[in-house]
Amino acid sequence: MAKLKGSIVFDIEKCKGCGVCVTACPTEVIAMASEVNSKGYNYAEAVNMDACTGCTNCAVVCPDGVITVYRVKI
Amino acid sequence: MADNISVKDIIKPENLVHKRSSVMTDNIMHYCPGCGHGTTHQILAEVIEEMGIQQETIGITPVGCSVLMYNYLDIDMQEAAHGRAPALATAIKRLLPEKYVFTYQGDGDLAAIGTAETIHSCNRGENILIIFINNGIYGMTGGQMAPTTLEGMKSSTTPYGRDVKLMGNPLKITDIVATLPGTYYVTRQSVHKPGNVRKTKKAIRKAFEYQKHNKGTCFIEVVSNCPSGWKMTPVESNKWMEENMFPFYPLGDFKVPEE
Repeated sequence: MAKLKGSIVFDIEKCKGCGVCVTACPTEVIAMASEVNSKGYNYAEAVNMDACTGCTNCAVVCPDGVITVYRVKI
Repeated sequence: MADNISVKDIIKPENLVHKRSSVMTDNIMHYCPGCGHGTTHQILAEVIEEMGIQQETIGITPVGCSVLMYNYLDIDMQEAAHGRAPALATAIKRLLPEKYVFTYQGDGDLAAIGTAETIHSCNRGENILIIFINNGIYGMTGGQMAPTTLEGMKSSTTPYGRDVKLMGNPLKITDIVATLPGTYYVTRQSVHKPGNVRKTKKAIRKAFEYQKHNKGTCFIEVVSNCPSGWKMTPVESNKWMEENMFPFYPLGDFKVPEE
């Protein structure tokens, strides 16, 4: 069966750390970083990229449009 | 062998499925973290990009949190006096009928000071799109009570909750405009979950298509959150919105044209 594998890239300087993407992700790929960006926000980062299916839910719901999604069929 | 494909192999231009719309500028938005304005801007920009109407679209910005919207969308935009966006949109659409004209207004702008302009524009059936962001509060000025504030909801001017005997009932302006014969498409959506964002995007797309065929006023209400005004985290505010806003402002279409 074809499997989808995704990868997400964050523009961490634009991220405001709202955490909406964390709740939107069905496979729990995203978590908030303990480090902060130059504005002092705990930005979002991918902690479990292997589970990413590239569903784009996180990118669709991101208010600041910081997430870019890539996807391949393997 | 396929299972151990590396992240580097996935991140290639040909595998791109979602990125920030090119209609959005690179400016960092001033909205609070988790604000629905940002999401609505993104989908609006995506629709404009997908339809290829960046050069033909004119937006009217309101007074409120989204007053600086012209810094974020790379299209022609005009700032209106408080609440007067539908009047300005009427003028622009009548002078330039081939352009796509939309207004983007909050509840303090559209449902309070601009009620007359909103209702009369909808009643005249002006061929414009009105996007109405309803978060039940005056966000920009510090979270005062708006006409759309729910009964019992706390705000900085109603610290004990809105008392309907003293302050009147919350205004469902979308229900009102749906009864007017000039409106063609009236719907209420939200942008707090991926599914809802996709639905709202479809609604905006449909509204622009109707405008192309001169059908009449399209009115899209987006029930949104205000984490700062409601004094919650963004995720909590989305949950609160689901539990408290949606029972009073149910999502769905109010007026759908018969195709």
